[in-house]
Amino acid sequence: MPGFFKQIVKQPGGFIGLVLVLFWICVAVLAPVLAPPQDSTDPYMIARYGFSTLPKPANETSLLGTTSGGYDIFYGIVWGSRTALITGLITVFFTSIIGVLFGGICAYHGGSIDDIAMRVVDLFMSIPFLIAVIVMTTVLGKGLEKIILALIIFGWHRYARMMRSEVLRVKKMEFVLAARNMGAPPMRIFFQHIIPNSIYPIIILMSINIGRIVLIAASLSFVGVGAEPGFADWGQTLNFSRAWISGIPGQPFYYWYTYTYASIAIITFVLGWTLLGDALRDIYGGEIST
Amino acid sequence: MKKVILKRIVSIPIILFVLSIMIFSLVLFLSPSERVAVFVSSSDAMQNVSLDELIKRYGLDQPFYVQYKNWLQGILTGKLGWSNSAGMPISEALALRIPATIELLLTGQLIVFFGGIFLGTIAAREHNRFSDHFIRISTTIGISLPEFVVSLFLLILFYVRFDLFPPGRLGLAATDVVYSDSFFNYTGLHLFDALLNNRFDVFADALRHLVLPSIAYSLGGLAATVRLMRSSLLENLSKGYVDTARIKGLSDKAVLNKHVRRNAMLPLITFTGMRVPVLLSGSVVVETIFDYPGMGLFIVTAAQGLDFPAIIAASLAVSIIIIISNLAVDVLYTILNPVIRLG
Repeated sequence: MPGFFKQIVKQPGGFIGLVLVLFWICVAVLAPVLAPPQDSTDPYMIARYGFSTLPKPANETSLLGTTSGGYDIFYGIVWGSRTALITGLITVFFTSIIGVLFGGICAYHGGSIDDIAMRVVDLFMSIPFLIAVIVMTTVLGKGLEKIILALIIFGWHRYARMMRSEVLRVKKMEFVLAARNMGAPPMRIFFQHIIPNSIYPIIILMSINIGRIVLIAASLSFVGVGAEPGFADWGQTLNFSRAWISGIPGQPFYYWYTYTYASIAIITFVLGWTLLGDALRDIYGGEIST
Repeated sequence: MKKVILKRIVSIPIILFVLSIMIFSLVLFLSPSERVAVFVSSSDAMQNVSLDELIKRYGLDQPFYVQYKNWLQGILTGKLGWSNSAGMPISEALALRIPATIELLLTGQLIVFFGGIFLGTIAAREHNRFSDHFIRISTTIGISLPEFVVSLFLLILFYVRFDLFPPGRLGLAATDVVYSDSFFNYTGLHLFDALLNNRFDVFADALRHLVLPSIAYSLGGLAATVRLMRSSLLENLSKGYVDTARIKGLSDKAVLNKHVRRNAMLPLITFTGMRVPVLLSGSVVVETIFDYPGMGLFIVTAAQGLDFPAIIAASLAVSIIIIISNLAVDVLYTILNPVIRLG
């Protein structure tokens, strides 16, 4: 394992990616220390200093200033990292399991089941992800868990597709044939031989997808159909700033702090996971399109 | 070749059928009163009637397939219901919004496709030199840049700071022209209509409003097509036919432009086609930020106002846009790919 980390760190992209990912994990873990919640029963509600719609620049109570509605930007970013990590990790965990099992079993079985399964995957491929999630959350109602559910429903097909092509490749290999000839039951062959030998591209996809999923979730809150108002989420923090981007007459960047910090948070988070995924892909060496 | 295209056209009704069932099943998540709204055709129809009457009238106590049949009949005869968030019948709202989104989609796709060919060719020609590294690094960043951050940044810089490209779809003067009697709307796409009506001022105004959203919208796709074109060109350059062409005495430039680029473009066409759903997703964010009245903004306002009939009709409209664009890409691919065309 240390050798593996060395390989990641050796590439400049991988090193930057790993640093960014670790940085945001630390921020998420240390959130209660970095930004103590006002109401400890509901730490995800962004701390508020007053209710004025006018943003205020940084002062001693709010480190990075407050945005529209008196919401503390620093608090929103710190606790927003938890929202981002939780959304990303849970979604990627479930979508990858569903995808791996669905794609893997269908490909392993082959025949008409595989054909039908691929038509289903094609259908999901042609559904616009963000629109589907918006429609789904409108129907299901607000809340983070509903967003995650919608993300899982429309996000598993990429894994299924990739797993399928990997299983089709692995299942013809000699060690699988050998195991079959020795009388191993199909389930054992699938879980002990096929999955471990076709999982690596899935891990790369998972890393890249954490960034992608967080982006989609942030876009949802940004357009105002995601989490409830005041919920710590980077998209929401950015949404609060939308009315203020024009600054004041003569000084277009007057309220720069309302959008700059949240943008930086989202970009570095997504870039971190993407670079990490790219580095993993380079180590793997194969040609994987994600 | 005709067979391939014909097969695709035949499959469309089946896909539409499956999709319409999926979309209609969403209705079942709703409460009965919300479900009534999906069927009511105007705001007046809701007045002075009891819920029971409405449930009876629209057959909401019937089994699923009967309800589905009724709903489908309504859709096929153009009765899409009433949109509260838009304040007009859904069919009218869609007639305004769909062309706007298609206009944005087309300009975005043009940037993705030709920008990808242009920059990808440079990167491949300058393989492992400065421009190649520069393009590769910027595409990695480009893929990670969220649309809403890019859009906000562009809006702040080019609208707030320099006042060059305003948000919206048309300026006030151009809007007056477009909705006047002398201006004939052929397609609903302002760029085309303006040219057909010989109104270059409207064309310029529409273009001016399209610049920022289409750039914000296509940046991620552009980064991906540049990468794709680069690797596809490099792969083709190492093939045998390139040596043959060189031995025949063709210059490097002629080999690249006449032979390699044509072959390398095929994956690009498939990719641009597959990109349509992604772009439509992006239109939600981009249209919201630039206040561009297309399908994306329509869906967002409908979702914010819990306007279910609009949401369901919009989902169906978006699916149809995607199915048609998929067909167009398949036909194009079949025509351009000699393996299918001649085989």
